[in-house]
Amino acid sequence: MQLDEFISNFADLFDDTDASEITASTNYRELEEWSSLIALSVIAMVDDEYDVTLKGNDITGCTTVEDLFNLVQSKA
Amino acid sequence: MAFLTFDGVGIAAMAAAVPSHVIKNYEYTEFFPREEVKQVVDKIGIFERRFADANTCSSDLCFAAAEKLIEDNQIDRSEIDLLVFISQTPDYRMPATSILLQDRLHLEKTCMAFDISLGCAAFSYGLSVIYGLMQTGHIRKALLLDGETRSKVYSTKDRKTAFLFGDAGVAALIERNEKYGKSFFSIHSDGSLGDLIKIEGGGYRHPSSLETLKERVVDEYGNIRNDEQGTMRGGDVFSFVIMNIPKDIKQTIAKANTTLDQIDYIVFHQANDFMNNHISKKLRLPKEKVPSTIAKYGNTSSVSVPLTIVSELKDELEGNKNLLLSAFGVGMSWSTSIVPFVDCKISEIVEV
Repeated sequence: MQLDEFISNFADLFDDTDASEITASTNYRELEEWSSLIALSVIAMVDDEYDVTLKGNDITGCTTVEDLFNLVQSKA
Repeated sequence: MAFLTFDGVGIAAMAAAVPSHVIKNYEYTEFFPREEVKQVVDKIGIFERRFADANTCSSDLCFAAAEKLIEDNQIDRSEIDLLVFISQTPDYRMPATSILLQDRLHLEKTCMAFDISLGCAAFSYGLSVIYGLMQTGHIRKALLLDGETRSKVYSTKDRKTAFLFGDAGVAALIERNEKYGKSFFSIHSDGSLGDLIKIEGGGYRHPSSLETLKERVVDEYGNIRNDEQGTMRGGDVFSFVIMNIPKDIKQTIAKANTTLDQIDYIVFHQANDFMNNHISKKLRLPKEKVPSTIAKYGNTSSVSVPLTIVSELKDELEGNKNLLLSAFGVGMSWSTSIVPFVDCKISEIVEV
């Protein structure tokens, strides 16, 4: 599982946020476009791409995109 | 393990009623900016819903559906020996709404009647209870009434739930007949997830008070509700569904000794389009086998499965059809059933 690929999959879930704004160290919940709807998309993407089921708390418990990547990797 | 099999019981006829008042979700902008509403609506795929007025209860919608069912199928009311009413929006805390419906529908006093208080998964639950009682051989005909006015349950100022729910009522006539063959029910409960969808106040644990009725901001998004309105942890519900529903569907199909190819239609609880599409995709279900009413009626809780059958399969149920019903929700409780439909008669939807 590659961090770059995860970041790219993650960035694809946003419509109005430029992919360049999203890096490993981005605190995603501070992005203007972040919402509980995007959280659902994250759960769906992680299920599709990595066959891992994240919970709501997993998403609110992580800070950066890399934290989330590490969590998904630990569950894979 | 609650995996139940019945033989020779089936749904002979169905009818449904919806309120005439249409809510257009794009226009539901009293409390949120138009652009934000559009984003939510496009994601959940719910464009219209029906809202009952202040004087209309779940039971009224079910009553209208039941009258239509009885009239269209010339049912002899004196032969109805069992009435089950499914709802979490009953008329009163007591008596049970089913009992009042026995009288309103002019059924005999020898009719057995009770309520089942379960949410989205309840239609299959109700069927399994009725099928079991029917197999005793002493009940001629049964009515399953399933109604909800979830529009009255959730805060209009909580964007997590404000755009999802609608109202409807369904009536189904259940009979014994060898022609139906075998039906299968897989039924589950997990009370450790009781907080995922909940109304905290107004029951006997936290009785109704000025405190439970106080509106307050409940999260970092500024959503507002009181403790007598429903809450939902959407992300956790979604995780629950991903983890449990596809697995239960596959297991039920295997235990029923059948295959997906032999199932004519898969009717899901209409939660929201995003979630339903995800499950369909995960199970690689062909779109034409998965009818949907989510766009026009929204999430009507336990009514959504039978309402989708009445609305979308009205002209498709001639002859023998095998339906798989999958529903999940508050509890959490979930059910998968494989039920044969044989020349099921479906009435036009009534507007109330």
